[in-house]
Amino acid sequence: MQSKDQYYVPEGSYWPIVGSVGMAAMLGGFASSLHGGIMGTGIMILGLVIILFMVFGWMGQVVHESESGLYNKQVDKSFRIGMAWFIFSEVMFFAAFFGALFYAREFSVPWLAGEGNNMWTGKLLWPEFKAVWPLIEMPKPEAFVVPKAVIHAWEIPALNTMLLLASGATLTWAHWALYNGKRDQIIYGLMATIALGVLFLGLQVAEYAEGYGHLDLKMTSGIYGSTFYMLTGFHGLHVTLGTIMLICILMRVIRGHFDADNHFGFEAVAWYWHFVDVVWLGLFIYVYWFV
Amino acid sequence: MATTTTDIDADTHHDHEDHHHGPEPGLMRWVKTTNHKDIGYLYLWFAFGMLLIGGAMAMVIRAELFMPGLQFVEPQFFNQMTTMHGLIMVFGAIMPAFVGLANIQIPTMVGAPDMALPRMNNWSFWILPFAGAMLLSTMFMEGGGPAFGWTFYAPLSTTFAPDSTDYFIFAIHMLGFSSIMGAINIIATVMNMRASGMKLMDMPLFVWTWFITAFLLIAAMPVLAGAVTMMLTDRNFGTSFFDAAGGGDPVMFQHIFWFFGHPEVYIMILPAFGIVSQIIPTFARKPLFGYSSMVYATGSIAILSFVVWAHHMFLTGMPVAGQMYFMYATILISVPTGVKVFNWVSTMWRGSMSFEIPMMWAVAFVILFTIGGLSGLMLGIVPADIQYHDTYFVVAHFHYVLVSGALFSIIAGVYYWLPKWCGRMFNEKLATIHFWWAVISVNVLFFPMHFLGLAGMPRRIPDYGLQFADFNLIASLGGFAFGLSFLLLAYIVVDCIRNGKVVKEARVWESAKGLEWTLPTPAPYHTFNEEPSRELILKESSHTGDNH
Ligand code: HEM
Ligand SMILES: [Cu+2]
Repeated sequence: MQSKDQYYVPEGSYWPIVGSVGMAAMLGGFASSLHGGIMGTGIMILGLVIILFMVFGWMGQVVHESESGLYNKQVDKSFRIGMAWFIFSEVMFFAAFFGALFYAREFSVPWLAGEGNNMWTGKLLWPEFKAVWPLIEMPKPEAFVVPKAVIHAWEIPALNTMLLLASGATLTWAHWALYNGKRDQIIYGLMATIALGVLFLGLQVAEYAEGYGHLDLKMTSGIYGSTFYMLTGFHGLHVTLGTIMLICILMRVIRGHFDADNHFGFEAVAWYWHFVDVVWLGLFIYVYWFV
Repeated sequence: MATTTTDIDADTHHDHEDHHHGPEPGLMRWVKTTNHKDIGYLYLWFAFGMLLIGGAMAMVIRAELFMPGLQFVEPQFFNQMTTMHGLIMVFGAIMPAFVGLANIQIPTMVGAPDMALPRMNNWSFWILPFAGAMLLSTMFMEGGGPAFGWTFYAPLSTTFAPDSTDYFIFAIHMLGFSSIMGAINIIATVMNMRASGMKLMDMPLFVWTWFITAFLLIAAMPVLAGAVTMMLTDRNFGTSFFDAAGGGDPVMFQHIFWFFGHPEVYIMILPAFGIVSQIIPTFARKPLFGYSSMVYATGSIAILSFVVWAHHMFLTGMPVAGQMYFMYATILISVPTGVKVFNWVSTMWRGSMSFEIPMMWAVAFVILFTIGGLSGLMLGIVPADIQYHDTYFVVAHFHYVLVSGALFSIIAGVYYWLPKWCGRMFNEKLATIHFWWAVISVNVLFFPMHFLGLAGMPRRIPDYGLQFADFNLIASLGGFAFGLSFLLLAYIVVDCIRNGKVVKEARVWESAKGLEWTLPTPAPYHTFNEEPSRELILKESSHTGDNH
């Protein structure tokens, strides 16, 4: 902790209220569109635009203040603590979906087939039902889309695992370069990371196309499809956000921002990217591999 | 995303613009503000508004239950009332009120100029009115508002719920987002803005309990977000998380909900423990008894609160081994809770006690919260819970811990710190009346519910058998009286701010300790511009003698 004889308190800002309006519009519009509200989708998109405007405006202001030397070590540390615990909250968000996955595999599916003291559940509800994982045939198949197969772990998913792991390495390579002041290497490292991220997303899209187009593996395919798309979908969303943040960081590096001592923005995005990486490993193991 | 300058000298040149002026004039002050006190007051007023709205709903409930039979409202509307009442009180009143107190108090108690992330602090607050409005708007939509109880169990909230439920889901998302940002801010403030002379074990208990609560929030709220997200997709996109026909399980919803829900009840009580631990030493004129055991007890409660959730689900058909585990874990959690109660009592033991208004509320808290804790113990025992579950006994339990617990501590805290905030003393005569009025009526309201529950009256039902009539009548009368007491509270607070007797002493309560009492009264707009010294911190520690 540095000396604190001078504190930094930022001036007031309109960005938070703009963000709140955007958030309310986006979510309210979404809810309305779900129930056939005519304006719903429009309001949702408007809300999203407002949020983007807010994010870039707010972050732009922070970057500007930072570059003009307003911040001190204490502010930097507050940002770090904030980012670290924000990532922890994201971990818990994914934990809820992983929890659902484990619960379905370990409990609800076997129980529905009569395991443990649930003999009558099996006999009375859906006597034909057999517990297997991945669950292709759900207890009441006529109400759902029964997939032909699920995505195989050692095809696109394994490739995607390699891509993400490699992107973690290239990002760390860029990080080292930042410490050593090799700006070219930072730029190449970031570009490689972004390219790998984009490639990952492309393959993910191809995988979804395969699921929806050929395998009939959909969100409506019972609990397997539900957990599959919820987990990989939110993960993909996070990769998308991470990639956008990496692009912002790359542009800042090109403009000459960051040095060995001051690079919170860089580091925050790097943490985020590694977190997304780790979540993917969990996904690869539990969603694709150990089935 | 930002970098920082290497040397701190760099930031000296701008201090004239940020530090030394007062608030900006006009309404925009409140919209743009990055000042922790401004934001704290906004939180408190918002919470009070929501308390009145949620309270009005409770009045509807008690009016309907005044007599057997259906008098005033349709059963469907009654269910909307119980649902909205619970949601608004939990997410709109109690939680924001505690965050408000944290905002105003924590920087002053750790010797900081402000919260660590002031702009984000503003956003945490300004999400709330939008989320609250979205939640309330569901009541006016086609098909009515959510009517499935504040615990929104599937499939009531998925297959059988009105369209407005999707607005409810997004309101919960927004409230959760706000809470997480608020919690991150508190963690960063305690870790990073604390005066360097204040070690962790020098921190006042209100700071400690909130610090620990913030971790609970960060761990629990995202799980709630996950739960409502799964509800959203089950309702609209054909997933089957909570649908057995697709291999999911409605009981899974309960597991996920209560994995959030039980920590949530501690989120609402740990800061209360903190407030009471500040007030009692002041008016007992003794250092807090067992400071470090208080800290460890708070930590243990927080950890244990994640492993007891299924005591809300004893009747869902879980295996006996599960019931046994959750029963013992639940009973275990009452040990650290008991430690706290004994510490408060020991602090008062042989103290030179005086009973100023905040102290009266704190003592009432200790007694009434203990009653709620004891009924909790009863509920934690599986064979007993088979009888009590989903009856008015549960309603009695959680209102003792939440109303005469959490809410009373908030009122105690407001009475304790209000003179410091506005430099004026409230009308003590009126406040005494308010205290007795509220304490008596709250017991008239909730105590009979124990008997109703033991006799088997189910909760969340608008009508009941004749045998329950007398106690319901008493409870309703207590309810109306208790509801009215909040109008008196509003009057007392407004009257204090406007016409209260001016207080000049920095130490408003003569034997109060803590850095907040070294600041001038009324508290200046910007809190500490210079870090308080270690000597001052030690001198102001409310637990010296015990820990030093
Ligand atoms: C001494 C510690 C406590 C124990 C052993 C305990 C135990 C329990 C049990 C077993 C239930 C479930 C009853 C049932 O539904 O059959 C319950 C319900 C509840 N408790 Fe506690 N409790 C304790 C403290 C608290 C505290 C401090 C709070 C909040 C500040 C709280 C808030 C609630 C709420 C809100 C419910 C009802 C939830 C619902 O079904 O709507 N409890 N408690
Ligand atoms: Cu509980």
